[in-house]
Amino acid sequence: MTDDVDRNRRHFLTLATAVTGVVGIAAASVPFLASLQPSARAQALGAPVEVPLGSLDPGEMVRVMWRGKLVYVLRRDPTMLERLNAARELLKDPDSLVVEQQPAYAANDHRSVKPEYLVIEGACTHLGCAPLPQFAAGSLEADWQGGFFCPCHGSKFDLSGRVYDGVPAPTNLRVPPYRFVRDDLIMIGVDSGAA
Amino acid sequence: MARVEAEVGVEKSGIMKWIDDRFPFTETLKLHATEYYASKNFNIWYIFGVLATVVLVLQIVTGIFLTMNYKPAAADAFASVEYIMRDVEWGWLIRYMHSTGASFFFIIVYLHMFRGLLYGSYKKPRELIWIIGMLIFLVLMAEAFAGYLLPWGQMSYWGAQVIISLFGAIPFVGEALVELIRGDYSISDITLNRFFALHVIVLPLALIALVFVHIVALHHVGSNNPDGIEIKDHKGPDGIPLDGIAFHPYHTTKDLVYIIAFLIVFSFVVFFAPDMGGYFLEHANFEPANTMATPEHIAPVWYFTPFYAILRAVPSKFWGMFLMVLAVALPFALPWLDRSRVKSIRYRGWIYRLALTLFVISFIALGYLGLKPADTVYVYLAQFFSVIYFSFFLLMPYYSSIDKTKPVPDRVVYHG
Repeated sequence: MTDDVDRNRRHFLTLATAVTGVVGIAAASVPFLASLQPSARAQALGAPVEVPLGSLDPGEMVRVMWRGKLVYVLRRDPTMLERLNAARELLKDPDSLVVEQQPAYAANDHRSVKPEYLVIEGACTHLGCAPLPQFAAGSLEADWQGGFFCPCHGSKFDLSGRVYDGVPAPTNLRVPPYRFVRDDLIMIGVDSGAA
Repeated sequence: MARVEAEVGVEKSGIMKWIDDRFPFTETLKLHATEYYASKNFNIWYIFGVLATVVLVLQIVTGIFLTMNYKPAAADAFASVEYIMRDVEWGWLIRYMHSTGASFFFIIVYLHMFRGLLYGSYKKPRELIWIIGMLIFLVLMAEAFAGYLLPWGQMSYWGAQVIISLFGAIPFVGEALVELIRGDYSISDITLNRFFALHVIVLPLALIALVFVHIVALHHVGSNNPDGIEIKDHKGPDGIPLDGIAFHPYHTTKDLVYIIAFLIVFSFVVFFAPDMGGYFLEHANFEPANTMATPEHIAPVWYFTPFYAILRAVPSKFWGMFLMVLAVALPFALPWLDRSRVKSIRYRGWIYRLALTLFVISFIALGYLGLKPADTVYVYLAQFFSVIYFSFFLLMPYYSSIDKTKPVPDRVVYHG
């Protein structure tokens, strides 16, 4: 009985069983891996948020939460806007060429829809700490033009959230999608097109 | 030893026989304890394996009791830890044992690994023991990191923010992976809940399984010794290594003395310095997590700081992470990087002694620098010591092969 074993057939069956098993495990793992993705509730909590701008004075910044992320809304005063390009040659990506970091309408020097209002995520693009506002010129170092400073690993950003060269953060701070509902009200999380 | 065997032989009747016919109880006991022969010249460096096991048990027991009162939800976690500290009978003791145990686990594991470097315990035929041990170290780091998020303090939150963001530096899949780890668009209640699952189920199971395999592999090839020679090469007529003594009762009774000494030190820290001046429990973590503001100065717990300093030494997100991963990955290759003919530092030349000394200095220096803010001078120092750290491994194939070695004795030697 053992002599007339069809080795090819046995090998094929072994292989077929193994392959079926692997495919089965792969298929069965889909629900488990998918369950680790953001749930329906987490996605629902990612709904757009409205930020009224009426009470925001020039030079002031508010912190809001959108999708559990910290978002800074800064109303730049005229002197801040004047200083925007003073340190341009020290920036890594002054023209916002890294497209993932902002919607197309924010790929400009002020990185915003309206030059006066800056809306950026308060998460350092290095490792996610919240950069601290250092708006006054010379507040961080002698030739500092104002901007954001990350306390964790020393990354520096200008008043448009553009990253300085030679710091750990690889890219500019991210600009979330947002639109002006009225002159004194913005909605973070939706574009003007998507609304 | 003959007497011990006779005793076991006598038990081949009654209930022990009934059990042994169904489960290899006596056989296992002999194989791993009463007839497991380890070198008789073990010194203090050979205690840390046993101590690591003791701390593992301590962490599991205290951890179980902590889960009885802890709530893994963003709204409740911080308060439930304070509840354990203030309202639960002896809760403060159980929690401080657990938090102190985490730091001691790393102290012991680092010393245990240093023993391997001293006496070449990773060299043939113990390469797999070393690799399994490195896997234990990896899982232990993940376990400690997941555990640190649970109190949901400022350092828990922002430390996790930083470490999880590290995965974002992986090209292409990084951002998707980060989202999968967090289960949300930011670190949230969902993240805390799954880190709790990782900390109390997934990683402890992996840890116990790996420790089991580590010991099985060790008992298969036999323990190394301070002379780095194979005691199995010289056996008596009874087949027992001439330089070996049974693990039980000889090593176990000796170990018991060390365990008591360890517990005295451990208790002292638990009772008088559970936060160790902010090194075991960071001060910022006594504040609840605030998603709006990063603490002024953020540093991981001390046992991660050598690797953290390497991460910060490079002003590039990708290369910083790459070097940090490399710093943890390189020791895996140690059995093949070391080309020396001898195992033990006792018979190695000055080059390895110098290299090991510089390595230890650089590891401690990096650990110190990782606690400091990322100021220019500290970054330069971190770069300097990172170079030494990596050189120890990368230049090893060269310097270990040219290093002059001394003749190795046939039998183990006693010192003092």
